Amino acid sequence: MRPSRGFAAALFLPAFLAGCSGWQSALDPKGPAAEELARLIWFFTLLSVAVWLLVMIVLSIAILRRRRQHSDPLAVDARGDRIARRVVSVAVGATGVVLVGLTLLSFFANRTLAGIGTQAAVTIRVTGHQWWWEVRYEDERPARVVTSANEIHVPAGEPVELVLSSTDVIHSLWVPNLAGKLDLIPGRENVLRFVAAEPGTYRGQCAEFCGAQHAHMALVVVAEPRPAFEAWLDRELRPAHPPPPGVPMAGQDVFLGRGCMMCHRIRGTLAGGTTGPDLTHLASRSTLGAGTLEMSRGNLAAWIADPHGIKPGVHMPVMGLGGDELNQVVAYLERLE
Amino acid sequence: MTAADLAPEPDGLRDTGLDEATLRRWLARTWARPRGLVGSLSTVDHKVVARRYLVTAFVFLALGGLNAILMRLQLSGPERSLIGPDLYNQLFTMHGVTMMFLFAVPVMQASGIFLVPLMVGTRNIAFPRLNAFSYWIYLSGGIFAWTSFVLNMGPDVGWFAYVPLSGPEFAPGKRADVWAQMITYTEVSSLAVAVATIVTIFKQRAPGMSLDRIPLFVWAMLVTSFVIIFAMPAVMIASTFLILDRLVGTHIFNPAEGGDALLFQHLFWFFGHPEVYIIFLPATGMVSSIIAAFARRPVFGYLALVLSLIAVGFLSFGLWVHHMFATGLPKLGASFFTASSMLIAIPNGLQIFCWLATLWGGRPTIRTPLLFVLGFFFIFVAGCLTGVMLASVPLDLQAHDTYFVVAHFHYVLIGGAVFPLLGAAYFWFPKITGRMMSERLGRWHFWLAFVGFNAAFFPMHIVGLWGMPRRVYTYPVQMGWGPINLFISLGALVLFASFVLFAVNLVRSCSRGEPAGDNPWDAGTLEWATSSPPPSYNFSRIPVVTHAEPLWAERESMPVAEGLRVGVRELLVSTVAEARPDLRETSAGTSIWPLLAALAVGGTFLGSIFTPWAVVWGALPITVALIGWFWPKGEPEDES
Repeated sequence: MRPSRGFAAALFLPAFLAGCSGWQSALDPKGPAAEELARLIWFFTLLSVAVWLLVMIVLSIAILRRRRQHSDPLAVDARGDRIARRVVSVAVGATGVVLVGLTLLSFFANRTLAGIGTQAAVTIRVTGHQWWWEVRYEDERPARVVTSANEIHVPAGEPVELVLSSTDVIHSLWVPNLAGKLDLIPGRENVLRFVAAEPGTYRGQCAEFCGAQHAHMALVVVAEPRPAFEAWLDRELRPAHPPPPGVPMAGQDVFLGRGCMMCHRIRGTLAGGTTGPDLTHLASRSTLGAGTLEMSRGNLAAWIADPHGIKPGVHMPVMGLGGDELNQVVAYLERLE
Repeated sequence: MTAADLAPEPDGLRDTGLDEATLRRWLARTWARPRGLVGSLSTVDHKVVARRYLVTAFVFLALGGLNAILMRLQLSGPERSLIGPDLYNQLFTMHGVTMMFLFAVPVMQASGIFLVPLMVGTRNIAFPRLNAFSYWIYLSGGIFAWTSFVLNMGPDVGWFAYVPLSGPEFAPGKRADVWAQMITYTEVSSLAVAVATIVTIFKQRAPGMSLDRIPLFVWAMLVTSFVIIFAMPAVMIASTFLILDRLVGTHIFNPAEGGDALLFQHLFWFFGHPEVYIIFLPATGMVSSIIAAFARRPVFGYLALVLSLIAVGFLSFGLWVHHMFATGLPKLGASFFTASSMLIAIPNGLQIFCWLATLWGGRPTIRTPLLFVLGFFFIFVAGCLTGVMLASVPLDLQAHDTYFVVAHFHYVLIGGAVFPLLGAAYFWFPKITGRMMSERLGRWHFWLAFVGFNAAFFPMHIVGLWGMPRRVYTYPVQMGWGPINLFISLGALVLFASFVLFAVNLVRSCSRGEPAGDNPWDAGTLEWATSSPPPSYNFSRIPVVTHAEPLWAERESMPVAEGLRVGVRELLVSTVAEARPDLRETSAGTSIWPLLAALAVGGTFLGSIFTPWAVVWGALPITVALIGWFWPKGEPEDES
């Protein structure tokens, strides 16, 4: 998928017209909201190209057409200007008609979008933090409420409601394949509704500049069939497995003893911090540092050893763990599935 | 015979009946620009002030361009580590702030400062000391911002510095304060110029230049100045509230204490959208001037163009919310702003159609200035159309804050304002310096700029829809945005190279360009009626205007007005609508006080990012400077 995009970019115009299939793209809709928007984008684009071509053609003729030479600039062809006046009036009228049409089109598209997902099957509260996403799956039964981070799991084909807010600065949630973006604003709540039409993994990222690591504030939406989603949610609800004795167990001690627990929660242990992401099922997630690195043992070690080398400005401090401690913590965390 | 040889005459000597040579000697002495360092710092000649403004603005253009090049180097490939986020965020903030506040607005106002008094046929701008003061404030604001940047204290919160990111909690240090106070400097300076421009246009027009004979560039500057006066206070409130939150501990934007984070966005964009038109409207005036001169006919649809300017001026205040569609506003309210944003396309469209009709009905000769105007059509019309796309609420939710928007606003700002400005530079350079710019280098400049611009910015539309948000210092390899970004960066280098060529052309032509003569393009407006460069007094006798294109209508000799005193700086004040001669009014002479006042005001702004007491203590030197500035001169005023 990626290399073909690289090739396409070399010849970007044809690729654009062909509707490039991408991982994070508004032109590759995977849900009714994004489909409606993609239609709108294409319609506006084609109309714009037509209008632009028309203006350029008129301009070219205006420049190139032959005419009689006069020396006096005030000797204006009165008849020509009378015709021009009529043409300009018609052009302005036509502009008005087109704009009214586009306004109505936009209005109705907005209404269609507002109608998507009003009967939400799942409500998820997404809270923005510098620079990660807190994701809480709401349920009427408090025992079924669970908090995770940087991944939003949704049942495919069902309307989903995201309640958006922020605890620090303004962020914006944008998963272009599924829906348009909406801001996460401290002191306010916004609701984003969408349907992921088919199972898949859709990348999104923060679209409102939010400080040093705005570039590394990504997330993925994982859409699965209902049973798989339920199974995932059940797994997510469980507290962390106690680590096997040996190195992983020592890692848990390091985690609890060296201050990691001040910011992170691991359900089933004493770690209950809420400043940083919940790590209860860290190893089941696909990325580290809100989409900064792929999840792997090596990356986990690199991240904990020096988060600032990887994501400069990140609020996670360097813990100054020794080599053994680092090994132990990684062994512990990589088992948190 | 030199000016010193003139016999002392009573102050009351008038120009009536004086022969041309004597009159010119008198005027040269009365309107002389003082020499020496103090003298040059005291000058109030609008042309000198405008030249300083223009040079300074182009220096800032170069600096802002360098910011852009550094950003493009960093983005030319995925996960480059050339520039870290700390510097990158300062770079794009400085790029935006420099281009908007230190280049685009000042350069347009400076064009007005130079051209408006010449185009309306007067001897100096109204409130010349205020005008000089505005330059010093602007210069100190620019130096302040760039010194801060060099000291690693440059703002890093984006050019619109949204709270809470720029608030006390999330932007410790002085960087956001630098942003807020830099805004204050430029606000003060542009408000001062706006006032001077409006008064010049309303009250100092040459006799006979009734409202329907005002050159379109002057109309554009008039509307722009009003837009400035109504738009700037909003951002002044925003930046002052921000400073108060940061410095004094108010909680105006703090939701935790009952403040509101979105209020800042409303205040900012209530200014921020008109700001776009503050930059664009003067450019429309330039386009009208250039098209009239090179199509060899008066502009088609003068009245329609004037009304479009005024309509755009008004409508520009009704669009600000389209910058905030993603904030989750009520849908009906957002739809209203879709409609109003669409509406402004009508007067803008009308302008385009009138210019096309002018070219159609004229006999265009393609010289560099007109080439840039043709480039303007090509780029700006595309930018307008993407603007219509962004006006649609749902569509904007996909495009907002992505590279699509970056592409859009560079299409409208570079296409809509910088291309006309470059055309204007080639067009009026002969008037400013007395020499022509090289046509050959000019054509190279145009084609490089045109190709470089489109190569750099067109692909941004696509990469934006592919999901690339703006203001990211890097992006992962697997996004596949690398090749297209490399292409964009190469385009940016070509665009930058074109500006280097422009700089070479400017510098060479200053000393080696062909002498221009008074009216090298055979254009029709009054600035071409005087010598190139114009004398300090602009016109030896005030012209009387009988036609919208006076130089085309009065080919043999212009009628002139007489009766002004020659021993004191005196202007003709005329009525607003019909420009009937009304009063003689003295124009303020050279003075060092505007500079001293600017230093006092600038020092106060600078101090106030460190302590609120700076406002209290700064009031003292400001008061002293103002007393000096307004010290009574003992001359009678306002004689009819």
